[in-house]
Amino acid sequence: MAYSEKVIDHYSNPKNVGTLDKNSKNVGTGLVGAPECGDVMRLQIEVDEVTGIIKDAKFKTFGCGSAIASSSLATEWLKGKSIDEAGAIDNMDIVEELNLPPVKIHCSVLAEDAIKSAINDYRVKNGLPELVEEKAH
Amino acid sequence: MELKFPIYLDNNATTPMDQRVLDTMLPYFVEKFGNAASRNHSFGWVAEEAVDYAREQVAKLIGADPKEIIFTSGATEANNLAIKGVFEMYASKGNHIITCTTEHKAILDTCKHLEKQGGAVTYLQVQPDGLIDLAELEKAITPKTILITIMYGNNEIGVVQPIREIAAIAKKHGVLFFTDGTQAVGKIPVDVLADGIDLMSFSGHKMYGPKGVGCLYVRRKNPRVKVTAQMDGGGHERGMRSGTLNVPGIVGFGRACELCMQEMDAEAVRLSAMRDRLEAALTQIDESYVNGNIQHRLPHVANISFKYVEGEGLLMGFNKQIALSSGSACTSASLEPSYVLKSLGLGDDLAHSSLRFGLGRFTTDAEIDYTIKAITETVLKLREMSPLWEMFKEGIDLDKIEWAHH
Repeated sequence: MAYSEKVIDHYSNPKNVGTLDKNSKNVGTGLVGAPECGDVMRLQIEVDEVTGIIKDAKFKTFGCGSAIASSSLATEWLKGKSIDEAGAIDNMDIVEELNLPPVKIHCSVLAEDAIKSAINDYRVKNGLPELVEEKAH
Repeated sequence: MELKFPIYLDNNATTPMDQRVLDTMLPYFVEKFGNAASRNHSFGWVAEEAVDYAREQVAKLIGADPKEIIFTSGATEANNLAIKGVFEMYASKGNHIITCTTEHKAILDTCKHLEKQGGAVTYLQVQPDGLIDLAELEKAITPKTILITIMYGNNEIGVVQPIREIAAIAKKHGVLFFTDGTQAVGKIPVDVLADGIDLMSFSGHKMYGPKGVGCLYVRRKNPRVKVTAQMDGGGHERGMRSGTLNVPGIVGFGRACELCMQEMDAEAVRLSAMRDRLEAALTQIDESYVNGNIQHRLPHVANISFKYVEGEGLLMGFNKQIALSSGSACTSASLEPSYVLKSLGLGDDLAHSSLRFGLGRFTTDAEIDYTIKAITETVLKLREMSPLWEMFKEGIDLDKIEWAHH
């Protein structure tokens, strides 16, 4: 299967690989997927306490090139967004941006789940109600 | 020597054809195009003579009589002919077949097909090293057992089954023994008499011959084995496989067998030295594991799992430079990890993290050097990106985490 140029670029030069302090109050961590399924994504956001804007985002992903690219792209998109705006990122936006083929759509779903999970971790830590999953995958 | 890209290390999928094989085949397309079954003119005689010669070359490689070789379109057809043919021919004796879980799909799916036709099939589990348990095999035999079908060498992990011992058990119980020899024939010495094999399939394109040609060895003496034809027609190949013979393909297959016979011993030494060097270097990487028994193994095959990196992602790191296969079938649409590796008891995580190396006649030391370097670099790079590797390094037990399954 041929990968799109954008997937290859994110795979070769992933953006924002790394780790934030998961115990910090203004860091939200999302860990989704499972080793048995061949994909695990960990996505972290660091939120500016004053402005409520995501000032940093990091990821680490175990998975195929499309999974790595989806999470790399997600971190790029997250930076500079409010957590509400971040929660609105849809997996199909990722599919479109990376030209993912149908068998790789689950990678984008996983990235969306990771974003939501990171946001919820942040919300819970800060006494906010969890976002409710609006659509079932 | 200058490297040429991409490097081909997927010789278990198919081999490039040897130029010497092509040269032997070429006259049989345009100039000597006759039908080997045309008995009344020289075109037919020339073709028939060429087929007879190739049949001798093929038979010689496995210590058979030329009359025992039934040419087919490849190993898949030969596997179907052997299993379905025995099932039909020996229906009055029984309906039970014994095989194992790491067989090729052409065996497993044929067996599954027969289960729908009233067949009973036992799928033996393999041991963690990929070998079958001979005691389990013997225990599985019933008065209704007509066939044991166990492959010679495995296509994913290269493990070579204890063929002579299996044959002895089969003989003791009066059961026929068929082996899929596709990966082994031409790579290691195979002798149907010494090994006690009753039927064996193999294929041209796994041994530097052309695609679209293979054969089934069917023993003619002690016992005389018969299979019911699965293709009806002109009664070619002693009535077991009708259809005009693929003369150029058969000529190439014969030549390929001859070359393997001449070069096999030296080639096995050369390939296993390269394979061992590759394996030693790659297992220097932390948390990398060789899959399958390493004593009983084809000389050109290695299967290695690199824990905490995913196979398809790993391949992407060098798939422009190196043609390799992931042990997991992720590159197909199924996204399922390899059933062979899972049969060894590997968890899905390790099965998802494996690469299969198939070295071949044209593999060079320089290519192995490049491969070692490229894979090592990619594994290390992906580990830096892997949350599992980070957790492992922190001493977190990944088995204790409740993963969100999709």
